[in-house]
This record gives sequence, C-alpha cells and structure tokens, in this order.
Amino acid sequence: MTGIAAYGAYVPMNRLPLALIGGRPAKEGGPEKAVADYDEDAITMAVTAAVDCLSGIARDQVDAVYFASTSYEMREKQGAALIAKALDLRRDVNTQDHSGSLRCGTAALESALHAVAAGAQEAALVVASDCRMGAPRGALEAKLGDGAVAFLVTRDPIARFDHAAAVADELQDLWRIDGERFTHSWEDRFVLQEGYQPNLTDAVKGVLAKDGGAPSDFTKVALYGADARSLGGAVRALGFKPEQVQDPLFGKLGNTGASFALLLLAHALEAAQPGDRFLVASYGDGAHALTFTATDGLAKLASRRGVSWHLARRRALKSYDTYLKSRQLDPKEWDSGADLGLSATIRFRERDADISLVAARCTNCGQLHFPKQRVCYKCFSKDSWEPYRLSDKRGKLLAFTFDYFFPAAEPPTIMVMTEVEGCRLQVQMANTRPDAVALELPVEYVFRKIHAAGGKANYFWKASPVEDA
Amino acid sequence: MPESIANKVAVVGVGACQFGENWDQSREDMIVDAAYEAYADAGIENPQQQIEAVFAGAVYPREGSAEIAEALKLFGKPVSLVSDYCQTGTDAFRFGVFAVACGMYDTVLVVGFDKPKDRGVSGPSVNFDRVRGLPATPAGWFSLCAARYFDTFGAGREDLAKIAVKNHHNGTLAPKSMLKKEITVDDALNARIISWPFGLFDCAAQSDGASACVLTRANLAKNFRDDAVLVKAVSIAVAEHPQRDPDFDFLAWKPTLYAAKDAYAQAGITEPFRQLDVVQLHDCFTLTEMLTYEDLGLCKKGEAKEHVASGTFQLDGELPVNTDGGLKTFGHPTGATGVRMIYENTLQLQGRAGERQVEGASLALSHNIGGPPTTCGIAILGRD
Repeated sequence: MTGIAAYGAYVPMNRLPLALIGGRPAKEGGPEKAVADYDEDAITMAVTAAVDCLSGIARDQVDAVYFASTSYEMREKQGAALIAKALDLRRDVNTQDHSGSLRCGTAALESALHAVAAGAQEAALVVASDCRMGAPRGALEAKLGDGAVAFLVTRDPIARFDHAAAVADELQDLWRIDGERFTHSWEDRFVLQEGYQPNLTDAVKGVLAKDGGAPSDFTKVALYGADARSLGGAVRALGFKPEQVQDPLFGKLGNTGASFALLLLAHALEAAQPGDRFLVASYGDGAHALTFTATDGLAKLASRRGVSWHLARRRALKSYDTYLKSRQLDPKEWDSGADLGLSATIRFRERDADISLVAARCTNCGQLHFPKQRVCYKCFSKDSWEPYRLSDKRGKLLAFTFDYFFPAAEPPTIMVMTEVEGCRLQVQMANTRPDAVALELPVEYVFRKIHAAGGKANYFWKASPVEDA
Repeated sequence: MPESIANKVAVVGVGACQFGENWDQSREDMIVDAAYEAYADAGIENPQQQIEAVFAGAVYPREGSAEIAEALKLFGKPVSLVSDYCQTGTDAFRFGVFAVACGMYDTVLVVGFDKPKDRGVSGPSVNFDRVRGLPATPAGWFSLCAARYFDTFGAGREDLAKIAVKNHHNGTLAPKSMLKKEITVDDALNARIISWPFGLFDCAAQSDGASACVLTRANLAKNFRDDAVLVKAVSIAVAEHPQRDPDFDFLAWKPTLYAAKDAYAQAGITEPFRQLDVVQLHDCFTLTEMLTYEDLGLCKKGEAKEHVASGTFQLDGELPVNTDGGLKTFGHPTGATGVRMIYENTLQLQGRAGERQVEGASLALSHNIGGPPTTCGIAILGRD
C-alpha cells in the first residue's frame, strides 16, 4: 500500500487586502490573498512546508525530493537539491524538479507515488510551491497567491493512493515566457470554456472511471478552481454536492499555481477519518486527478501546522506600496549588474552552515559551535566534532538591534543574537516587527532569502517567534 | 616575566592633517601634511637622513608600503604597513615602539591614514561577501550589546546622548576636528535611528584623515625637544568573536579587558581611575564609550551611567575622556585614529592642548577597539 504518510503546508503570513489594489481602504474580514514577504520565494516557502511535513519524522529516511514549481527562479540549476540541502537530507537523495505547467505539482506527486510503489524509493518528499506574479494592477494580480505544500510518500500511508488519470491539451490560455515576471492570460471566457471546464471534467471523469465508484463516494474533492463561478460549474458538471467540495479559499489564499489543488488536499487531510475518500485535481495544459483513501495509520501522525494554522496566522499589509516594494526587491543595495554577487566558492564551502543550518558539536566536550570551528572554544580540542542540525531546534533571543542602515524593503532589519542549545546563532528576524522583539523571546528558524547580490537569490535562516510553543 | 617596554621610547614629534571630508586631498596630501607637521614638531629638518624606518597603518590601502615611501620620498628604508580593523594605528605605533626599543633603529616615523570618503558611499560599507551575519555594519555589531546592558543596568538612550553631547562640545575646541557643532540631548534623542539604540549622533562620522608621530630612543629624546613624552605601555589583544563565544554576556567587551590588563601591568597601573589623567577611548558609538569606561576599569561595571550623569568624564571632570571630541567629532579614518589619539595625548601631556587642556596631565591612555569587536589596542604615554 503506497500513499501519503505525512503532509505539511506553508502560507506566508502577509496578506494583501484586495481593496488596496484598487486604491480603496482595506476592511477587516474583506477578501485578501497570501503574499510572500520580501525575503520569501518558491524555495523558502517549499522548505518551510517541508519542515512542517517532516515534523516528528526522521529526516535521514527521506530518499527523494520531488520539487514542483513554475516560479522557481533558476534555469539550469535545480531547486530540489537546494531544498534537500536546506533540510539537511542525505547526500544520496534523489532530487528532481518538475516545472513548466501548473499541473507539475500533481505530476510530481504521482511520480513519487509510482516510484515508491515500485520500490525505487522508500520515502519520497514531494514539495509544490509557487510565488505567482500578476502584473501590478492587472487582472490576475488579485487572483494569484503564494503558498507551498509538502507530502511524504511511503508504503505506510495515512492516505492510500488509489488511482490517477490525466488529460493533456495544448492551448495558450495561461503562460509566462522565460525571463518574464508576470503571468499572462487570454480572455477569461476562452480559458474557462475551452480550457478549464472540459479538461478538469475529463480528468476527474477519467479517475472516477478507474476508481469504479460514484462521485458521492468522496468525502472531499480538492479541485483547482479559477474562480468561484467556474469551479461551481465544474462541480455541477461532475455531479459533486457542494458540501463535498473542499473550500477553495477564494478571498483568503489566492491561486497558488502548482501548489493550489494540493494545498486544498492537505487542508482536507487535516480533518480526515479512516475510510474517508479524497479526490484532488489540478489544471494546466490539460488536467490531472488522483484519488486517495484515508487509513487507520492517521492516528500515528503527530499533529502539524498544516494549512489551518498558517491561514489563521496573518498580517494584513497596510499599503499597496509595501506590497510593491517587497515584490520588486529593489532596495538598491549595490550595482548588481556589475557584480557577480556572493562568492560561489564561499557559498560552496559554507553550504552546510548556510543552507542546512548545521552546527558542529565538539565530540570531546559537547559544546556546539556555529559556524563550525576547527578548534573548540571550550576545550580547545582540534577537529573533534560532528555535524549537528540547528534548523529544527528552538532557541531564544539573547540580544537584538534594529538596523535602519542595512538596505531593506521595509526597514528596520531586525538583527538578533539567539542561543540554541548553548550555541550562539546571529540571524535576522522574520515574521515580526520591532515592538514584538524582547530578550528571552522563544524563536524557531525559518529559511529565507537574505538578498539577491548579482541578481541571484542568496538564502540563509532567520529567527521567527514561536507562536504555538 | 618579560622586560618592560616602559620608558625606553620617546615621542618627540606629533602631527595631524585636518580631519574631514577631504574631497580636494589625496592620501598623499594627508600623509605629507601629518608627517611634515610631526617632523617640524620634532625639529627634523632632513627626514631622509634622520628617519630610519616607517611604520604605517591603513585599512583601505591600495598600493601598499610604496605609496607611503613615494609620498614622503623616503626610499632605501624599511616601510611596513599594518592593516587590522580599528586598532590599526595603535598597532603601527606598537611596531614602531618595538623597533626602537630593541635597538634596531634610533628614530622612526609612525603614520596612520585612511580615506574612506573616496569610496563614494556615505557611512560604513555593508558587507555582502557572505549571507551569514548580515547586516554586517559596525552599528549592527556594536548595538547588539545595548538591549542586554540596558536591561541589566537600567541605562538608556538618554545616557548615551549625554556622551555624544560631551564629545561634540570637546570637538568644538579641537582645531583639527571635523565636526565643530554643539548638540543637545534632545538633538541626539530625536535624530534618525541608524541601528537601535543608536541614532545618528550616537555614531562616529566617516572622515578622511592622517596622523603621525616621530619616535626615538628615550636617551636621545633631548636631541629633538625638552618635553618629550615617554611610552609607558603598548598592548594589543585579540578576543573571542562575540557572535560565537558561548560565554559572551553582552555586558563587557573582552578585547578591552585583555588589552587593559596587559597594558596596566606594563605601565605599573593598579588604580587606573586615580592614576590616569586623561583618556582617549574608542567612541565609535556612544555605547562603546559607555562600556569602555567600565572595561578599562575607570569605574565599576554598571556604574558608567552615574558617572556620565555626574560629569566625571567631561573636560572639567575628574578624568576627562576624549578631550578632542573623539571619533565622534574627528570621524574615523580607521588607520589614522589610533595615531590621532597619541597626537592628542602628547599635546595634553606637554600642556599644548589649548582650550581643552587638562591641567597637570602626566599619564594618558589611548584605546581602540575593533572588529565585531574582537581586537583592542592600548597605548599609555607619560611625562617623567
């Protein structure tokens, strides 16, 4: 039996009230969408969702990482390897990127399910993440959102994989050319009538036929929805009842592309009971549907934050200008055109510390050092150390400052000294404002972009207040 | 126990260029201004014959030791260049002192200089070599101590502001300072924040500058002038990185503790507050000055704010500190700073400090702390 053994999610804390896009004042409770902060992107969101997914799970058992995204910024440079490094996974992990279509999230999941079912891998991590950009004040801006979801696929699942079906279609309804920032769309009615409706219904009908059951068999169906009206049309055409439809979070999340339908599936799994049946369907250059059945294994899964916790944790942006600034990443730090950016060799040498947040523990006296020191501060023994991961540990604030001089989209930059298991770790802070910073504050560590010297995103970890300690 | 350095080497001439945003001056211009003033002060008329070696300090060097030799036309002699954070000038001085003390040379020139205003940016540079530890601005490094220090000892931004007010006042009395403007506590408190708790007036300015001194063997000092001052101690110490040291408590900086212990032992100082008459210390930020009062043992740990309030370290107080206005008003052309402090202390010990003169000064200390901070240099000069 193969299927989903664990899930995790990430929705950025920042929400853009849609009223601000139109220049109107935001009202509490009004429609909004999740937007990545200036230091977040598809990669950082993927890492955070994966951390949630792997909570309570030994990371050294993960054999593969399947990363699905249409907005990961690199070509000819893999995202999955970076995510695996940030998660401090084994070196022999099989990493794969899936991209090119909004359907790549479910495609990656199905690939992982088949690989694990075939015995090629014991445990595969699937991460779908998109940070989607509609042109400022364009029609898509209010619809697209940012978020990530992660699943661990094993042969000891909480949700057994039953069937999958796909249809492929070639039409230019939604696209983004390499190098462009903003997603384009053809006229709505064309997209919906010729693209979304027939493709989604065909894929779902296809999986239902393989499944052999009726639409009414499913506890929840997690369907990619372009908007409430077209989703309603698809639901009616397929014969699902409204209460079967997993809340598409319109006005809360936004369409998160490769991760969208899968986020809805993760949300549905949060309330799953053994025997519940689930159907997830994505759309993009065709459509793709998969069915699952919840198992008795549900009880074994430790509680996790999932979609609900992240949705509830929110901070509304005060102005549209703040949103633009964080998206344009334009703090004028230096002349990036004349700059290769950070030294690639330094990045290489320091990847265990910077990307995996691995410290060194002295095997002689136990003192932790970050970054690794060859000679121990405490007992002066030389080269007696072992790697020790800090990214999944919690710490506290020892000191802080608010740096207004450091170029940032939304000054000040909160710079803190944290202590984690007796080790000093100096980092910036995320997910907070200066008035919430205090000595001894409990923190956890989140993977974020530090800056983009040379036009390339550079990643490190930041401290984030622990809100559910 | 090593042999003491005390009383073996004399400072027989000091000089400094005008500190400031020296847009119309090159490094050569500033080096020549400072060195030739020091020559004149020492009565040196033929430097090519009388100066045997040069010890220079700078942290933005472009052309190495040849630049200094070229500027001063001192060829065929050893010229060394030290570059190591904010104590660079004091370290160059230390090498000069050692070279004379060991008998290698009779007379040497020490020159510290830097010209950060040629870089085209205002304020210190932001380090983008690495992602860890950003922001790597000196304000970010030094301000990390504030929250814990304030929390433990009840100090606050007002106490820091009083230090800025004092140093601005002293700077108005120093002809070669860059800033000659009195400020009030309110000015300091209301200025824009650079890195909390540091507002603009809590931070040293960036400036260009050079300073120089001529050293000779103590028994030859009379050949240059009658009121030469003697080197009583010179010490450099490197300490644990405060961002990694598992024992760092954010209340005291270890580089100063280490260097002060060594320098006091060299000079035979057991009660620094009572024995010292004037102190130039590294006020890169007001908090640095505040913690350094304590780290140098000028008062007990946690009591600096009471002394700030009572005026202990003002020009008319019991132990005047930063009599020329310090880095606050001279700015901090890194390599120049340590030598500039020796320039001021020499003038003070010789009674030549004009309106800012500390009456009867006979023992003077200068102090630099540098890095995140990790290094410290201390020089103690005295009259016999």
